[in-house]
Amino acid sequence: MTNHWIDLRNSDCFLVIGSNPAENHPISMKWVLKAKERGAKLVVVDPRFTRTASQADLYCPLRPGTDIAFIGGMIKYILDNNLFNREYVVEYTNASFLVSPEFSFHDGLFSGYNPSTRSYNKSSWVYQLDENGVPKRDKTLSDPNCVFQLLKRHYSRYDSDTVSRITGAPKDLFLKVAETYSATSQPGKAGTIMYAMGTTQHTVGTQNVRAYAILQLLLGNVGIPGGGVNAMRGESNVQGSTDFALLFHILPGYLRYPVATDRDLATYLKNSTPTTADPDSVNYWKNFPKFFISLMKAFFGDKATAANDFCYDYLPKAGGNYSFISLFEAMYEGVIKGLFLWGQNPCVGGPNANKEAKALENLDWMVAVDLWETDTAVFWKRPGVNPADIKTEVFLLPAAASFEKEGSVSNSGRWAQWRYKAVEPPGDAKSDLEIVSLLYKAIRDKYQGSTSIKDRPILDLTWNYGSVDHPDVHLVAKEINGYDLTTHRLLPSFASLKDDGSTSCGCWIYSGWYTEEGNMAARRDDSDPSGLGLHPRWSWCWPINRRILYNRASCDVNGTPWNAQKALVQWDEERQQWITYDVPDFVFRTATGSHVRPEVSAKSPFIMRVEGLGCIFADGTADGPFPEHYEPFESPVKNMLSSQQINPVIKIWSGDMNPRAAIGSADYPLIGTTYRVTEHWQAGAMTRNLPWLAELMPEMFVEISPELAKARGLKPGELVKVVSPRGEVYAKVCITERIKALKVGGLFYELVGMPWHYGFNGFVTGGKDRSKNYAANLLTAHIGDANTMIPEYKVFLCDIRKVM
Amino acid sequence: MRAVCIDTTKCIGCRACQVACKQWNQLPAENTEFGGTYENPSKFMHDTWTRVHFREHRVNGEVQWLFAKSQCMHCTEAACISVCPSGATHRTEMGTVLIDNRRCIGCNYCAANCPFAVPRYDHKENAMKKCNFCYNRIVDGLSPACVKACPTGALQYGERRVLMLEAEKRVNNLRAAGYRDARVYGLEEMGGLGVFYVLRDRPSAYGLPDSPKVPMSAYVWGTAFKPVRALAVLGVFLGLVANRFRTRQNQPQETVRGD
Ligand code: SF4
Ligand code: SF4
Repeated sequence: MTNHWIDLRNSDCFLVIGSNPAENHPISMKWVLKAKERGAKLVVVDPRFTRTASQADLYCPLRPGTDIAFIGGMIKYILDNNLFNREYVVEYTNASFLVSPEFSFHDGLFSGYNPSTRSYNKSSWVYQLDENGVPKRDKTLSDPNCVFQLLKRHYSRYDSDTVSRITGAPKDLFLKVAETYSATSQPGKAGTIMYAMGTTQHTVGTQNVRAYAILQLLLGNVGIPGGGVNAMRGESNVQGSTDFALLFHILPGYLRYPVATDRDLATYLKNSTPTTADPDSVNYWKNFPKFFISLMKAFFGDKATAANDFCYDYLPKAGGNYSFISLFEAMYEGVIKGLFLWGQNPCVGGPNANKEAKALENLDWMVAVDLWETDTAVFWKRPGVNPADIKTEVFLLPAAASFEKEGSVSNSGRWAQWRYKAVEPPGDAKSDLEIVSLLYKAIRDKYQGSTSIKDRPILDLTWNYGSVDHPDVHLVAKEINGYDLTTHRLLPSFASLKDDGSTSCGCWIYSGWYTEEGNMAARRDDSDPSGLGLHPRWSWCWPINRRILYNRASCDVNGTPWNAQKALVQWDEERQQWITYDVPDFVFRTATGSHVRPEVSAKSPFIMRVEGLGCIFADGTADGPFPEHYEPFESPVKNMLSSQQINPVIKIWSGDMNPRAAIGSADYPLIGTTYRVTEHWQAGAMTRNLPWLAELMPEMFVEISPELAKARGLKPGELVKVVSPRGEVYAKVCITERIKALKVGGLFYELVGMPWHYGFNGFVTGGKDRSKNYAANLLTAHIGDANTMIPEYKVFLCDIRKVM
Repeated sequence: MRAVCIDTTKCIGCRACQVACKQWNQLPAENTEFGGTYENPSKFMHDTWTRVHFREHRVNGEVQWLFAKSQCMHCTEAACISVCPSGATHRTEMGTVLIDNRRCIGCNYCAANCPFAVPRYDHKENAMKKCNFCYNRIVDGLSPACVKACPTGALQYGERRVLMLEAEKRVNNLRAAGYRDARVYGLEEMGGLGVFYVLRDRPSAYGLPDSPKVPMSAYVWGTAFKPVRALAVLGVFLGLVANRFRTRQNQPQETVRGD
């Protein structure tokens, strides 16, 4: 989140799209409803009428996978009707930047596309530079090559009729949404976008989020209380795990992971550190070397020296994509031989669960670390296989639950909140930290005495957490915060990091969370001096306890807040200084302490961007500087905007066990989508094993419209099979008015929705017949987003068959 | 008098209240099935004292999905108390209605006469069971478990008069916003409900009886025969079968598809 949970209450309008907070983030609704009491509007755009929609002032359906068409239409509506916040757009975004005349867009493709590699050469996606190397701007926004005009041209095709034909959203409702939400561009008004996996789990997931960001920048909704682009994370600590590099392409703190061409430290740092000739841009990432070298000092301690490139060579260089789907493809091909599943249940939660379960059969060994014996832990006796045929050796390590261990949980608002152990874990269960530590010890012992250079990374790793058997989580937290290695004192913040090896830091964005003053994440002072719910002394949030990112943009160029009642920071002309309620996200005073005038910081309100500004045009994604609508991997219709049916840069995997339904397939005429319900959690291990939750949602079901039920002769509660080219799943029928056929390209298409929590193991599996598999992901495909490779769980083609 | 206000306009149907009730009162889970709707368990049971109703309607082409927690309403004119032959069902000093397990003879009269079909027979203990307003929490100054768990503030616990004023304000706002059927449910009903509602629509839209009434039999039983009630206990036995039948009939009529 750019903002945070409590800040929702400051909003004037919520655009809930690709998410279902009432069911999946119920506590958030406390703040949404508080805002509603003040008169805020709740707009819900979702294929299904959800429990969130039940609270909406305005609900609009849309076909799964067509967010870009929908938001693109909103962008056009805003531009056509001159509803954007002009000062914000001109001063705080790159709308005025001139783009290379080489840049173009034609029939669904941006300039630079190479069909044989399915990728773009981005050399034309660049700004025009002046003689000093500074991007050229036209603040009148009229130059035909300026970002603003390109944006206008790009979305000129997204008129409301076209949007309605693509998305299935009725035109009048779409226009009502556009009108209601764009009213937040009025200075002083705030609109927020609340999104989740309904947004990201698409082949265009990243671009969906980009579309939201563009919309928010046009309306001046970024950096202000009650605004922002707010990802509601799917698990309580998934923000923390991303911050700490759960993903393969980053190191802790979102540091770019080295690839094969980053031959040595100097090359890697050069390739990772953005530079600009623009004297106005703060370009905070220029500090990349400090973050990285301090990280290497945390990893390898004294062993990391300037002479040995701070052990840069110890890091294996990435030679490909190691995302979830890729890993399972590699197991399927027999390349990967061993697997640790840490709180993961891919037989339920993985896309194309049949293929993933099959892939597990190729492993020599598999370890499941979990609270329960998950479906995946018993993949070798799943319905339809003979355990004797499966040779994989499987281990189950019992793990401690969150109340059985101490540590921090970082919520979606980036607040790291310290938690204490309430009870001892039962039996042999251990905390993840203990398990990792014991594992490390056992592995290191195997390598002890080796003189081989390739074993140095394991032997040289620092592991100073007290007892190896019972590591001290506070020492881990301190290592993350970082030390001044000369004084051995904890660092006050990442501003003190050095690139000469004199500081260490396990994750630069968390520097400042555990200082000489103590454990900031454990703070529990709920005072709120601003009255905006910032609660600056409650826990700690990254970076440097800044609750709302980009908060310079909450004021106009002169430092006057857009909304005087909701000031985060404010320039006091009389005293010539900033009044700050939140930690400023800009350079507000010099090293000597004198305050910097607002016109200066107005030139770089987005300090993490090399331009210093919010990017309406951005070259960071693989699939284009502007989001463009493409159809999902499986769709009932042809792309109505271009001849590019699907995202042209997504990776297409082999068809082996991953067949695809043809466009408009007669065998699979229904649009399928999956989701979560309040009563269950993710792949279900933690909730299907709890009788109190199981009784609420005991069985797998499929939601269909009354019309579809009638056409197929289905009764409420009847057991049916839902089939896709990749599998079939048993489910009971839920006939509901909340699902309606969508009119797409002039024809009606029925939608079916299924929760994906069920499987085949546990207290409840999803049905009374325990010989069947109830995992919705048996239906989904091995296909992912072009940037993140997140699977396209949210849309596929399927059909419903009666069970005789 | 202590009360709970259920503001259905703030309810998101998350059922934290339903689970909190089971947890605090250590009630075992039912072995349920999916019957075509989210609502589950499908009725009150001796181990299920509170349930959230899910009701969906299409009004002028627009879908409405309404949620309402239901449980013993802790009525002022509590039919269950007036008909209880053993005195097990009684009013506590907190103003709530409680069934004393040790005195309950499992005659089912309370269930048969409750307009909300709340009390349920527990074979194991030969006693009637229902929501006890978390008596053991409220006497210690805590709010009921369901209220504590509610994430949105749809459930509020406190002094009835204070809550009622808030509820009426809320209803006025709803009316002003165009909800012509908005009302407080439980102001007058059954002499006033200890658990009352803010509704945006008519009660039956939520699966609640539109005009709950104390059955005439309960009046007769409660007033005319009170002095000789103990004697009548014998007769109760004969009445059991008939009453079980009536309990079933007494379920709120559901005309719309529940979900
Ligand atoms: S709801 Fe039924 S059981 Fe509860 S007090 Fe009223 S009459 Fe008695
Ligand atoms: S806990 Fe509150 S919001 Fe959730 S179902 Fe119960 S009353 Fe409704």
